[in-house]
Amino acid sequence: MKDLFRGELVRLTAEEPDVRAKVEVHWQRDTEFHRLADSNPAGMESEKKLKAWFEKRNEDGFKPERYPFSVRTLDEDKLIGFFGLWLDLIYNEAWVGIGIGEREFWGKGYGTDMMKLCLQYAFTELNVHRVSLGLHAYNPRALRSYEKAGFRLEGRTRGDVARGGEHHDSLWMGILREEWILMQNGEPQ
Amino acid sequence: MFDITTQLFEGKDIRFGPMDHEKDPEIESKWTHDAGFMRMYEIEPARPMSAAMLKKQYEKLEKQIEEEKDLYYFTIRAKADDRLIGKALIRWIEWTNGNCYIHLGIGSADDRRKGFGAQALGMLIRFAFAELNLFRVSARIPEYNEAAIALFKKFGFVEEVRRRQALDRDGRRWDLVVFGLLKDEWVNQAQV
Repeated sequence: MKDLFRGELVRLTAEEPDVRAKVEVHWQRDTEFHRLADSNPAGMESEKKLKAWFEKRNEDGFKPERYPFSVRTLDEDKLIGFFGLWLDLIYNEAWVGIGIGEREFWGKGYGTDMMKLCLQYAFTELNVHRVSLGLHAYNPRALRSYEKAGFRLEGRTRGDVARGGEHHDSLWMGILREEWILMQNGEPQ
Repeated sequence: MFDITTQLFEGKDIRFGPMDHEKDPEIESKWTHDAGFMRMYEIEPARPMSAAMLKKQYEKLEKQIEEEKDLYYFTIRAKADDRLIGKALIRWIEWTNGNCYIHLGIGSADDRRKGFGAQALGMLIRFAFAELNLFRVSARIPEYNEAAIALFKKFGFVEEVRRRQALDRDGRRWDLVVFGLLKDEWVNQAQV
């Protein structure tokens, strides 16, 4: 069986709330990161509040509809990001949220490695029928990375995110179980 | 063009009203026992609800409206006798992005195919753009709900996203289609 928690560049971890809260305080200062990863307004939260939030999440553990992971590099064991899978249990679908808060790790294959682990977990451990995600049209780096992971573009909602006084499109992608399996077998897409 | 005399809650045969905690639960309970309606109305699993359960749900809804400020909830009533015939919602409002989702249904089969849904949809869109000042209106419709898709297209909604095989009903997978209408498009339509 494959190692679900170890890729070529990163491994998946559970972090103590104080460790995770400390890096989040650092990451939230980077509004470029926030605006690439999220569609709500950038904001700031105290370390205390963040720690309490992660404490509660750790106490709750893995719920049947929510699977959060932290991500560390293999070579330096540095905490660089996270991803989470949120399940629609009725329709057997998972939504991905993913981010690398440490910006010196952008554009170097870490995100692609994370997404590989994410899809492997979704399709071989959670056994979903499809995995979905949304991203900003102004994030072409993410688009390329998700395409590489096997996601297909399913559409574009026009102007549903406002940033800098302008409206921007969101892109919506999905990958079906059968498509992912074909990819694992090395079949051309 | 702004016209102060335009009545936002009045249509030709219908009007929007508030929920009635006393009388509505009994009627809506009947709708929830119609699985055919429920599966067109919602992608959540259909389940029958008693009047008492619905009464509780209304209270929860009103609390949510007050606390979250991301939902406008109207009951659709027949103008002739004020009878409850459906529900019309603007939900998941994102104020900073100017986006929302709209959702509506005509509960009883006797009240369908009479143009009530179309009137309600027109009023909902007008409310979203002319009163809430949103930038766009979105709607999520399963591919098997052909009547809804035809109605939304008639109002100028554009198919933007087709989430392949996102739903599962009657032993097969179905696409979930996302439609969008921009304020500019609506303004231009209104002028024609």
